[in-house]
Amino acid sequence: MNEALLRSLTPSVLGILVRRGADFAAAEDAVQDALVQAINAWPADPPRDPKGWLVTVAWHRFLDAARADAARRRREDLAGEEPAPGPAPAVDDTLQLYFLCAHPSLTPASAVALTLRAVGGLTTRQIAQAYLVPEATMAQRISRAKRTVAGVRFDQPGDVATVLRVLYLVFNEGYSGDVDLAAEAIRLTRQLAAAIDHPEVAGLLALMLLHHARRAARIAPDGTLVPLAEQDRGRWDTALIAEGIGILQAALARDRLGEFQAQAAIAALHADARTAEETDWVQIVEWYDELARLTDSPIVRLNRAVAVGEADGPRAGLAALAALDSSLPRYTAVAAYLHERAGDLATAARLYAEAAHQAPNLAERGHLTRQAARLNALGPPR
Amino acid sequence: MAKYLLLKHYRGAPAPVNNVPMDQWTPEEVSAHMQYMHDFAARLEETGEFVEGQALAPEGTFVRYDGEGRPPITDGPFAETKDLIAGWMVIDVDSYERAVELAGELSAAPGAGGKPIHEWLEVRPFLAAPPTITE
Repeated sequence: MNEALLRSLTPSVLGILVRRGADFAAAEDAVQDALVQAINAWPADPPRDPKGWLVTVAWHRFLDAARADAARRRREDLAGEEPAPGPAPAVDDTLQLYFLCAHPSLTPASAVALTLRAVGGLTTRQIAQAYLVPEATMAQRISRAKRTVAGVRFDQPGDVATVLRVLYLVFNEGYSGDVDLAAEAIRLTRQLAAAIDHPEVAGLLALMLLHHARRAARIAPDGTLVPLAEQDRGRWDTALIAEGIGILQAALARDRLGEFQAQAAIAALHADARTAEETDWVQIVEWYDELARLTDSPIVRLNRAVAVGEADGPRAGLAALAALDSSLPRYTAVAAYLHERAGDLATAARLYAEAAHQAPNLAERGHLTRQAARLNALGPPR
Repeated sequence: MAKYLLLKHYRGAPAPVNNVPMDQWTPEEVSAHMQYMHDFAARLEETGEFVEGQALAPEGTFVRYDGEGRPPITDGPFAETKDLIAGWMVIDVDSYERAVELAGELSAAPGAGGKPIHEWLEVRPFLAAPPTITE
């Protein structure tokens, strides 16, 4: 059975139940039950109309639960409506679900979990495994999230920016456990791009595709990180790069620049370079300037300092770095890199060791420790 | 089966035999060390003895309650703390002897010169749930 097909039907089935009058929380539970039933039943007995099958089963599940729940009058009203499975305005429903699951009243972790379940059709167990928390914890997080949005009207227009932040978070979580969250984030962003015409949705999709294209080259067989400059560019996925650049160019042509388009433009410039030396760092600095105007993020200014170091030399990079707060995450790692490029190997080795001490994850810690080790192995400071 | 914590210290354990700081190793020795840790955990997963493993950042903050309606008090990080935990592995094994055997293997992870670090690991039994049959 095609699990991808099954999961792609999730949002429209859920939307149909909500439009028929089911409240979101109960409808979402019913759709989960129907998905689990489909996984068990379809291999032996595939339905001719998968979506109609899911709508029927989910609707009956919902009615059963409503009966069990007591709300007597409400239940009788609903039971009186004869469900008519079949095509429905799926696109609008899907979009509304994205808005609801990324509602500003939800914390980022809750919005991510709810989106993966209600829009992505993942089971609570799969989401729990992906985020390395117990299943009961994830189940609670999801049901609390559903209570939080219980009073939100389903037909209210939402804010695309909040949805994009949620999808960005899912993508950045990468890969742990059985579920490939990066691939799932791309699937959900594609689906969103099909439901709404918005240059920043396209920008985020392009950004994801361009980064995903490098995945095979980014991690060495022993699990260590390979920096961009050292990656085997022959292992980049050229089809994903071409698709990402095409989507980005179409978005940029509409002249409504946003932060995801600008980030994608930087990724595209890296993708365009056949070797690290051919990278157009001058243009990359210009895009960082745009990005700094759009977001005013200190992380952007830190990345800009790296790009300045490549475009105008390490001294210029260090000067750009000097204007920033040294407590920024990865500041020390950037300082180490620029000092090495400037030829001050002793300072660079000391800063790499310090940066390793502050590293937020084991892969980065290992990488930075190896950088310190590499410079220390060259012998005493000259 | 009984659960044991294998505790690794940044500071506070007796000095290891092969006591060279990691940034003084070669990059290949750093990689070999990490590969060893990874392979060790993978092997225990296969034998059904692995529960979990985590690494901690070196810097932490002490926090305590400061009374109703007041924000908690924080202190630290303390550069001079005597005991500093680097990380742990939880194993579920048949006996204390097996726990000690595995801790010994983990302590043989290679360090400078590719030689075992012989680092001291602390083995701590979990306090288990009371048994159902007590008489």
